[in-house]
Amino acid sequence: MLSIGSELVDQIVAHARRDHPDEACGVVAGPVGSDRPIRLVPMANAERSPTFYRFDSLEQLAVWRQMDERDEEPIVIYHSHTATEAYPSRTDVAYAAEPTAHYVVISTRDPDHVELRSFRIADGEVTEEAVEITGRE
Amino acid sequence: MAIEVRIPTILRQYTGGAKAVEGVGDTLAAVIDDLELRHPGLRNRLVEGEGLRRFVNVYLNDEDVRFLEGLKTPVSDGDSVTVLPAVAGGDSAGGSASE
Repeated sequence: MLSIGSELVDQIVAHARRDHPDEACGVVAGPVGSDRPIRLVPMANAERSPTFYRFDSLEQLAVWRQMDERDEEPIVIYHSHTATEAYPSRTDVAYAAEPTAHYVVISTRDPDHVELRSFRIADGEVTEEAVEITGRE
Repeated sequence: MAIEVRIPTILRQYTGGAKAVEGVGDTLAAVIDDLELRHPGLRNRLVEGEGLRRFVNVYLNDEDVRFLEGLKTPVSDGDSVTVLPAVAGGDSAGGSASE
């Protein structure tokens, strides 16, 4: 299960909407081993594409080094789909390389209703998990 | 020439869990070949054919080696190499990225 604060969810959704029709992507860092997403790091989509995303390699280095210095790890890796459902695609699964991260997929295909779902991806297997949004009044 | 090579979580299965290992060589290719002697299977995760795998980022100090000389990039004593799997993916309708 992914447990995440409502403010973070709102920021992730806003990011996805802002970048639509390109895919948006980013990370939520948290203390190593805590499973708590705390610090949002929206990333540039170096592909700037409606059907593909990729972290810019030098930006990724900077962010990963920063997390290392702060004893953090990527708790959530998120990206959006702009025309299809919020479910990991074949390429999402093929490139997933952080087995302990929650992979959050957002769909912005419907302007009135954003879908957000979370998955574990390890050894080529996708397992959907519940999302608990905390702090919502 | 001792080069520190920082290893991402997903490749630590080849290094007995170590976050960083040391290799010797005067190019990135030589260092990877050297690491393979002690960590069999690691090279295949980094190299495909004659070059580095597309979705693996390798950095020499602060630079992406794609913008240097790839596998042929010369390395010096005290340099640090970092490996990070690219974070990428796409829409199921999209398929692969343009590259």
